[in-house]
Amino acid sequence: MTNQASTSFINIGERTNVTGSAKFRKLIEQDDYDAALTVARQQVENGAQIIDVNMDEGLLDSEKAMQTFLNLLAAEPDISRVPVMIDSSKWSVIETGLKCVQGKSIVNSISLKEGEDQFLEQAEKIRLYGAATVVMAFDEEGQADIADRKYEICERAYKLLTEKLNFPAQDIIFDPNVFAVATGIEEHNNYAVEFIEATKRIRENLPHAHVSGGISNLSFSFRGNNYVREAMHSVFLFHAIKAGLDMGIVNAGQLMVYDDIPAELKEQVEDVILNRRDDATDRLLDAAEAFKGEGGKKQKQDLSWREGTVEERITHGLVHGINKFITEDTEEARQKAERPLHVIEGPLMDGMNVVGDLFGSGKMFLPQVVKSARVMKQAVSHLMPFMEEEKRLNGTADAEANGKILMATVKGDVHDIGKNIVGVVLQCNNYEVIDMGVMVPAQTILEKAREENVDVIGLSGLITPSLDEMVNVASEMERLEFDIPLLIGGATTSRIHTAVKINPSYKRDQALYVTDASRAVGVVSKLLGEEGATFKKEISESYKTIAEKHLAAQQNKRRLSIEKARDNAHKVEWKETKPTKPAFIGTKTFTDFDLAKIAEFIDWTPFFATWEMNGQYPRILNDDKFGEAATSLFNDAQDMLKKMIDEKWVKANGVIGFWPANSEGDDIVLYEDENRDAEKAKLHTLRQQIARENTSGKLRANAALSDFIAPKDTGIDDYIGGFAVTAGIGEDIKAKEFNDAGDDYSKIMVSALSDRLAEAFAEYMHMRVRREYWPYATDETLSNEEIIAEKYQGIRPAPGYPAQPDHTEKETLFELLDAENQAGIELTESYAMWPGAAVSGLFFSHPSSYYFGVGKIEKDQVEEYAKRKGWSLETAEKWLSPILNYIPE
Amino acid sequence: MSVNRTEQFKTAANERILIIDGAMGTMIQRYKLDEAAYRGKEYEKWNQDVKGNNDLLSITQPEIIKEIHGQYLEAGADIIGTNTFNGTTISMADYGMESEAYKINVEAAKIAREVADEWTAKTPEKPRFVAGAVGPTNRTASISPDVNNPGYRNVTFDELVEAYKSQTKGLIEGGVDIIIIETIFDTLNAKAAGFAVLSAFKELGIELPVMISGTITDLSGRNLSGQTPEAFYYSMSHLNPFSIGLNCSFGADHLRPAIQEISAVANVYVSAYPNAGLPNEMGEYDETPEEMAGKIEGWAKDGLINMIGGCCGSTPEHINAIAKAVAPYPPRQIPEVPVKMRLSGLEPFVHG
Repeated sequence: MTNQASTSFINIGERTNVTGSAKFRKLIEQDDYDAALTVARQQVENGAQIIDVNMDEGLLDSEKAMQTFLNLLAAEPDISRVPVMIDSSKWSVIETGLKCVQGKSIVNSISLKEGEDQFLEQAEKIRLYGAATVVMAFDEEGQADIADRKYEICERAYKLLTEKLNFPAQDIIFDPNVFAVATGIEEHNNYAVEFIEATKRIRENLPHAHVSGGISNLSFSFRGNNYVREAMHSVFLFHAIKAGLDMGIVNAGQLMVYDDIPAELKEQVEDVILNRRDDATDRLLDAAEAFKGEGGKKQKQDLSWREGTVEERITHGLVHGINKFITEDTEEARQKAERPLHVIEGPLMDGMNVVGDLFGSGKMFLPQVVKSARVMKQAVSHLMPFMEEEKRLNGTADAEANGKILMATVKGDVHDIGKNIVGVVLQCNNYEVIDMGVMVPAQTILEKAREENVDVIGLSGLITPSLDEMVNVASEMERLEFDIPLLIGGATTSRIHTAVKINPSYKRDQALYVTDASRAVGVVSKLLGEEGATFKKEISESYKTIAEKHLAAQQNKRRLSIEKARDNAHKVEWKETKPTKPAFIGTKTFTDFDLAKIAEFIDWTPFFATWEMNGQYPRILNDDKFGEAATSLFNDAQDMLKKMIDEKWVKANGVIGFWPANSEGDDIVLYEDENRDAEKAKLHTLRQQIARENTSGKLRANAALSDFIAPKDTGIDDYIGGFAVTAGIGEDIKAKEFNDAGDDYSKIMVSALSDRLAEAFAEYMHMRVRREYWPYATDETLSNEEIIAEKYQGIRPAPGYPAQPDHTEKETLFELLDAENQAGIELTESYAMWPGAAVSGLFFSHPSSYYFGVGKIEKDQVEEYAKRKGWSLETAEKWLSPILNYIPE
Repeated sequence: MSVNRTEQFKTAANERILIIDGAMGTMIQRYKLDEAAYRGKEYEKWNQDVKGNNDLLSITQPEIIKEIHGQYLEAGADIIGTNTFNGTTISMADYGMESEAYKINVEAAKIAREVADEWTAKTPEKPRFVAGAVGPTNRTASISPDVNNPGYRNVTFDELVEAYKSQTKGLIEGGVDIIIIETIFDTLNAKAAGFAVLSAFKELGIELPVMISGTITDLSGRNLSGQTPEAFYYSMSHLNPFSIGLNCSFGADHLRPAIQEISAVANVYVSAYPNAGLPNEMGEYDETPEEMAGKIEGWAKDGLINMIGGCCGSTPEHINAIAKAVAPYPPRQIPEVPVKMRLSGLEPFVHG
């Protein structure tokens, strides 16, 4: 049995009380409010659901201290998220406090001590200020010590409040006075019993009212012996909570588990609390000697949850992502259960349901859920041998999952963080997930789906060619007569693309787009639930509307002809420009580059976005909503990053190159050498065809990347650079290690960090290029933060991204750099880079160069581009399909 | 308000979704008034500029304010808010007009009363009501204006109570039917307003329905002082408000989750009057009446609201479209909410 673990008992933090805590009193006396706030924060972190603030100290200006502290508290969202209990024996201090809190707080306390008039007047004010109140069992005759008096006063106060003031009964909290027991004075021996008895009667007869108490008073006579004090509190709470005590001012972290109290001591304490023997006090005093100094051995505060039942402990472990005890807890649950399977279906699933609910209601965030999943997996892996043994003996079946989902990153694409996250979240919700990994061809996906008889297929992809591959999978599903839903997700996917391109290819069932992992469970459970058919019909109808609207909108969008667009190219006065010459022509390779150096240039904002926490770093660490989760994630990330660097989990390689270049129309020609007569390669670029509004005499350009390189006929010697970097060599091995250990959290983390390192490597390399290898900005003095914010001259657009959406251009770049041999980066058939944690692009140095998006283009440009690339129109339309402003024949 | 009108108001709210008017400021802008127009004859010699003091127009350009009220009533509004958003001594200090604050409230209430009564006479089956608007002031009682000194406040609870009490009394003198504490970005300001309103009621021996309307200031769905909508409701519930709701904030799209949150826990009527979308780059609101009404229709359909209107950027055309869109739907049913102790910090805390 437990006591304080009961959810119906409210812990009120007692440490921000100058009368109860010498430490806090000193801080307030010394005006050290920062440290005083830390005390409050620790209370909340340790599970206080309300914090009691008391400034009643003779030498203090209590009103001022109350006001200062509460005003400061208001600026600390992690503390002020919980309600405050404004605690003072002086009404003026209480009123000062009430004027500082925006929340609905609790006043502690008022009483009938000075008669009914004052009591009612104060209670009415409390109503006007909008607070609940503690009412002490104290009247004109004094503080009540026996149960009858305690109850009578409370009943009288209850009637006055509810009948005369219409004070809501649920906002009344009675404090029937916890007095010290075992003081050696005989009359005190029954105090705990009287309290418990009064509590019982209040709860039974005064509807909706609550009972609270200052618990530490009880053990006052054992000051200096924390061990015995904690045991007394624990025993007292155990009995008082049973009687109906539902709130208490306690030091939540310092409560012994009732069951952990040594049997002999427990009996002696119980004798005292329940006043079972005349010599109880003496016996406890004798016994207490033995425990002096035991205080140091007390449990750590944050382990108080270990006092719960095994089911509660499992839930706690899952919700908080603590895997330290999960194996022993699971084992304990297994021994209690009839079959090991029942542990999964019972306590583990119950716990994961709590996680699911918290996540669903936005009270838990993705990284926490992934940690929960890690704990869950560990528990399941403990049970596996027992289940297999059982199966071997009598052939019983496995657990029934909510559904079976096959997930894969499509052929040609290597990005899988998002897919892994969705998989974890689904598993948390008792779906069986078959993860086929990355670069999976349609045929393999569909064969497996048939073989496993899955309920849903989920496809993921990050680069634009994957969109086409998804259409291909959908068409194949249609052809092979599948009739299960197809989920689409990943960075380049969209509702519109799914509605317009994928869904029409799969008429036998529904293709649907899922925004992010947090939506996945909702969508899947609807699809597979009783209302599945209705849901699909709704989606189908809304997709139809989207597709129609999209089509109509397309027809309305004016685009310029490619000639007209070219007339409005980005203009550069080349005569005024003298491009800087790079330090070398050709390539330079960087192998096994210093990861610590790279790490300084990490842009953390996208890292949080990977975990579906959107907000700017470092502000997100203090965000109201995400702050706690973000900080914890960030700490985990720092820990792993350190290991990645120290233990060289991944290797960073890169290659950069520079070549003489001039533009020819929308192409960029690269030359073998400065003679500029032998052509080394040709880079093709695409031009914006959007019809610009001529606002205030300024017409924004229809840009192409070639605009940033001097045309051949200017006679100016211009240059272009290129690069390919990775920080993902070895990442797959480490990710597999984590995967095999069932640790999805670390698996996703190592991928996310490798991605960040690769981006940081590109940023760092770009800086070195500007200052050293293509020294056009040698006097640049930017901080790391400014560099991350891209406040420098020149750009490094990547093929496949908005400024040049054609991924195939990467092939030319990779040949120029010999990236496969120099840096160990390969291209897939869809021109995704492998390892996935890689970045490549071109360097442009011109001061007027800028990032832009080509946007949708017309057939005239596509036809011309096909000719320039030596492609058929069909091939061009395939590679450029995401940006076509027309429907190809 | 006479007991009769309070009863009429309750009956109307039980029967249908009530329509609240739209933006006053947006409409005033259409008149492109200059400094002289703002001053009128009454304040010709005032020693500082008053252009932009919209509340002053109730005295200097009453016909314009009447016309705007009239347009909203014609568009179908059941409730019009008085032109007193900044009618506290605290806000009037910007124009050195603390001394005029009381009069502004009385006059604004009288104008609204007059126009509302005209329309009630025209359409007796649809009585019109005047809500005395109590704004947030331009100060925050629970946020420091000085980042280096988080414990500092530029206004106290007591100062707010004094200013709000005077405003409330002015509004009551002018004849309002309802008090609406609106656009609450700092809950402590609103608690002071509530304290003042109830104190004024007690002193005048009168009791009017009180509407409470907060505002969400960022996409995390909280108000400026950091409370969630549910926590905000618990902070204000001691006023036994007639309704709780949200206004201003973003457009209807972004406001919906917060309205849902409140609608689920409030055992009183729920009101909403969002902006006409989000401001564009020019700071203008360009959601059309049809777009806004289309979004709001969903709220009515899902039974989320009892009272609906518009805030910044909305016009009589918007209100008319909204009124038509919600007309077919019954008002939200007040849910059975179990009796529990409901406290709040920035977040709600329910026990019992």
